[in-house]
Amino acid sequence: MPKTLMKGNEAFGEGAIKAGCRIFFGYPITPQSEIPHFLAERLPELGGVYLQAESEVSAINMVYGAAAAGHRVLTSSSSPGISLMQEGISYLVGSELPCVIVNVMRGGPGLGNIAPAQGDYFQAVKGGGHGDYHTVVLAPASVQEIIELTKLAFDLADEYRNPVIVVGDGILGQMMEPVDLAETEEPRLIEKPWATTGLRGRKQRNIVNSMCIVPEANERFNLTLAAKYQKMKEREQRWEAYHLESAEYVLVASGTVARIGKAVVDRARSEGLAVGLIRPITLWPFPETPFANAEDVKVYVVLELNLGQMVEDVRLVVNGRTAVYFYGRPGGVVPTVREVYEELLKVVGVK
Amino acid sequence: MALIFKRPESLTEKPFHYCPGCTHGIIHRIVAQVIDELGVRENTVGICPVGCAVFAFEYFNVDMIQAAHGRAPAVATGVKRSLPDRVVFTYQGDGDLAAIGTAETIHAAARGEKITAIFVNNAIYGMTGGQMAPTTLLGQKTTTTPFGRDKERNGLPLRVAEMLSTVDGAAYVARVSVHNPGNAVKAKQAVKKAFECQIRGDGFSIVEVLSTCPTNWGLSPVEALKWLEENMLPHYPLGEFKMPAGEASAC
Repeated sequence: MPKTLMKGNEAFGEGAIKAGCRIFFGYPITPQSEIPHFLAERLPELGGVYLQAESEVSAINMVYGAAAAGHRVLTSSSSPGISLMQEGISYLVGSELPCVIVNVMRGGPGLGNIAPAQGDYFQAVKGGGHGDYHTVVLAPASVQEIIELTKLAFDLADEYRNPVIVVGDGILGQMMEPVDLAETEEPRLIEKPWATTGLRGRKQRNIVNSMCIVPEANERFNLTLAAKYQKMKEREQRWEAYHLESAEYVLVASGTVARIGKAVVDRARSEGLAVGLIRPITLWPFPETPFANAEDVKVYVVLELNLGQMVEDVRLVVNGRTAVYFYGRPGGVVPTVREVYEELLKVVGVK
Repeated sequence: MALIFKRPESLTEKPFHYCPGCTHGIIHRIVAQVIDELGVRENTVGICPVGCAVFAFEYFNVDMIQAAHGRAPAVATGVKRSLPDRVVFTYQGDGDLAAIGTAETIHAAARGEKITAIFVNNAIYGMTGGQMAPTTLLGQKTTTTPFGRDKERNGLPLRVAEMLSTVDGAAYVARVSVHNPGNAVKAKQAVKKAFECQIRGDGFSIVEVLSTCPTNWGLSPVEALKWLEENMLPHYPLGEFKMPAGEASAC
């Protein structure tokens, strides 16, 4: 099948459609606008629902309603809008409702700008809203991978009955790349006997609720969430290893900045430096395995489009065994290959 | 012997947790009776609020969803848009619907969402300890207006039914009360019309129900009913503010 040229933001929508999602609620914000543009046209054609809410607060609660009704449902936004959705995400977790949330991250804090950034890493991987919880966080680095990971996000959401966040950034959302749209495997649509669809002959009422008024009962519920998160950690860690063979210096980067990192690895290898790259694909659960097997590594160099967030998870995993160096550009600035390469040379100690 | 009174099938056997003299119980019963009479119990999804009615999912014998504070109309929208042939209702208090959830309420109405909102107005926040609500009357003492609600300091009470009657997507808007049996009968007629309006697909329907809060008003149950009649009715007149064409008045 010939490849199709597609924009990253459209690919989020395409991945959702491939996953069998036919319902989208959202509110306009740059730089994710092409996601609602794409779905406003495609979903009605497929007999689905596209609805523009009055706010991100409403959008995430519409998601809550459609998820409670047993449907695969998507919302997308960009950093400030995702902040507004945090209350709803906490309730979705508390009610164990599956859904997919796309965050095309932009520069912050506050209104910030619409340039690519990774400043929402903490918000995405550490819970984000109130209470003690996690969501699975997927970080694609190409338009093709946006389609594949958005599709996967729906399967994981249903499997664990938990929201899944897919993060991109302004570059990934706006750039076009050729993609293969050939039909892959069918989405894993599963029964949802817990859904509030009206009794319709069912004897037991279904109730979707995050309230657990007795502390001991709420502790038990939190512990069931903890068991779910442990299962995710054991089964869902995903990463890409790039030239890790005998690497002494390993870049760690996700999303757009991982592409820059790969170009830096290529250049370093061509100049005889033993440099590799780990690209976390799941930001949560954070991929611990590739760090466990890298015995030759002298320094991890963490690259981010922020002031240093993922670097904390790298340090937790490495736990003092290996040096960790950070290079980041916050506020919507993307470093060039040369800038990153020069940082790398400082670490390596080459003049 | 003929059975002339029983618990509606749309109510569970769970005893209400509401305070003595609170009229939530009457309103729950009215909604349940209407669901029974329309024969839609097995096709209904209810959304309960944050506030005194947060436990409504334990009382309505239908599939129920508990929503975040003020978000019930958005949650109901999500259910109704994805399951358009179900009957979807929200049950919300005045803090929930008319303060934190004002945007969700107005825009659900503006979109003409085919849902029914039961809006319980008791002019105070009950669950959190009797604070000022958007509907608290001028001069009314609450835990956050200890000298009485003052226009300059606290602003003026909001008339929700009148406001929503100006919204094109709202098909049926009524205000009723349950402070005596005659009004409770009219309230039930209005709730039934609101559900029928949804089932016909006319658009958004809402019934504002004036309700008592003896505990936080600091009155006995009987005094509270009298206080509602003497103080709330003048500011919150009863009636149907908007009806689909051709409908006869219920109130």
